[in-house]
Amino acid sequence: MAEINWIALIIFVVLFAFITYLGFAAAHWRKGDLDQLHEWGLGGRRFGTIVTWFLVGGDLYTAYTFIAVPALAFGAGAIAFFAVPYTIIIYPILFLAFPRLWYVCHKHNYITPADFVRGRFDNRWLALAVTITGIVATMPYIALQLVGIQVVIGAMGISGTGYAADLPLVIAFVILAAFTYSSGLRAPASIAIVKDILIYATAFAAVIVVPMEMGGFGKIFAAVPPAKLLLAVPGANTTGSYSVYATLALGSALALFLYPHSITGILSASSGHAIRRNAAMLPGYSFMLGLLALVGFFAIAAGVGTAPEYAAGFKQFGNNFAVPALFLHSFPSWFVGIAFAAIGIGALVPAAIMSIAAANLYTRNIHREFINRNPTDKEEAQMAKWVSLIVKLGALIFILFVPTQFAIYLQLLGGILIIQTLPSVLIGVYTRWFNGWALLFGWAGGTAVGIWMFLAANWTPNYPLPFAGYTFPGYTALYTVILNLVIAIVLTPLFNAMSGKPVDATATTDYHA
Amino acid sequence: MSERNTIQSESRPKWNWWYLILAIQGLAVIWPPLYNRAEPSWIGIPFFYWYQLLWVILGAVLTAVVYFATDHEHR
Repeated sequence: MAEINWIALIIFVVLFAFITYLGFAAAHWRKGDLDQLHEWGLGGRRFGTIVTWFLVGGDLYTAYTFIAVPALAFGAGAIAFFAVPYTIIIYPILFLAFPRLWYVCHKHNYITPADFVRGRFDNRWLALAVTITGIVATMPYIALQLVGIQVVIGAMGISGTGYAADLPLVIAFVILAAFTYSSGLRAPASIAIVKDILIYATAFAAVIVVPMEMGGFGKIFAAVPPAKLLLAVPGANTTGSYSVYATLALGSALALFLYPHSITGILSASSGHAIRRNAAMLPGYSFMLGLLALVGFFAIAAGVGTAPEYAAGFKQFGNNFAVPALFLHSFPSWFVGIAFAAIGIGALVPAAIMSIAAANLYTRNIHREFINRNPTDKEEAQMAKWVSLIVKLGALIFILFVPTQFAIYLQLLGGILIIQTLPSVLIGVYTRWFNGWALLFGWAGGTAVGIWMFLAANWTPNYPLPFAGYTFPGYTALYTVILNLVIAIVLTPLFNAMSGKPVDATATTDYHA
Repeated sequence: MSERNTIQSESRPKWNWWYLILAIQGLAVIWPPLYNRAEPSWIGIPFFYWYQLLWVILGAVLTAVVYFATDHEHR
């Protein structure tokens, strides 16, 4: 690849060193007893509206998102913009349902979604299904955050052969693992504040400076091929790209807050109020994501895809190189350093929260439930710290030895898997009408058919559903969660008749202030 | 009488009609044929893009309105 970009690299390293310091210092922030799981794994549930905004924003709008969404716009065009209606639909759900989850979890000291499901439906096997789904869906997501770091490191001209090539990534990960171990959720919360300021600066610079350099938005969009500019109008007897777009937006929105790392972010808030306020404030990130999606078009207009100096980068990273290439093309070196640091640090925040969320799940819902039923607080917190290391090591090994494309496939599949916990978790905060066993069968049916449809559609998350002579291509997650719900509804009266209604550990009054 | 109402509203928060406003932002963007066109463009940005970005802002405003309209119930 090209020569090393020293100015960018120095700024990148300085910012990285600063957040490393911040990550370790965070252990003393709003000090709590880190030998308790809710202190290490949920920051003591003490984050107010503003910190929650930074934390959840840094958690959901990941580095990979900021690379992959513009990359999709660069490669496939308008369809990439589904991320915008997706993030519009999320927030009413957050506003209405998730304060309820916060209150009930606060009341009963639940730390994971599976804790809640265990208490609500009195079924350890359903809780186990929610746990395993959460961990499996999270792992490739952590691995993909590393892709974000890899791309920017490569773009700064750092290359090598054999193990040396992976050294910067390994260093970044050791730093991440160490401060997560010592500070828990406080580390990503404090780093998120720095990261988000950098990301906002980068995004606004990109959408203001680049169009000015290129002579305005009109010229940029004129350079985009017409086929990429709008969604393709569907042919006869199919809803075509329209239903793909709509179901991707709706299904992704329903799935997002079921991910363990999303729930970890929400449960660390200090009140249901903080969550409701954030439903109105988090769209700030959505707006930025929409602007960054447009950056994919800037990259088309700038012609970075055919420029010889970026050919090696595109060869190595595919369309994920579009954004770094555009930054290199349009920004002075010092600002490239800031922008790349924003992406690199932006990967550490969600990776830390995801590993904490997975660790909480294992510790609470597998180890405590099935292996050691009466751990001390200290044993429980210590277990979670170790598991967070193992989870990250797994992600690192995955990304070093398995092709990146496979991690991308698994992350796409992850959305289809995690949405199968919707009836137990999201509908569960409203009603316990369902029988736990019926929910488990619904989960199994939705998961099995979801995986089958994913494979049948050649490892893509959109399945062309045939119905009454029409074809409805759409997001498999949405189709299969409907199947899941139907199974659960049909089987609930059956299981209630067989085994009677199990005990609900929660009361109606637990779900609000 | 008023005391009894307070207790009731504490034990089970009622559905609030203000929440219906939250459906507007979803409906505005869920069906792409509504906005899948280039014109009218704004400062060179095709309609498809600025329409959806505008709804991010409108959605945040509507959510804030619902927050303030229903906030007293959650105190």
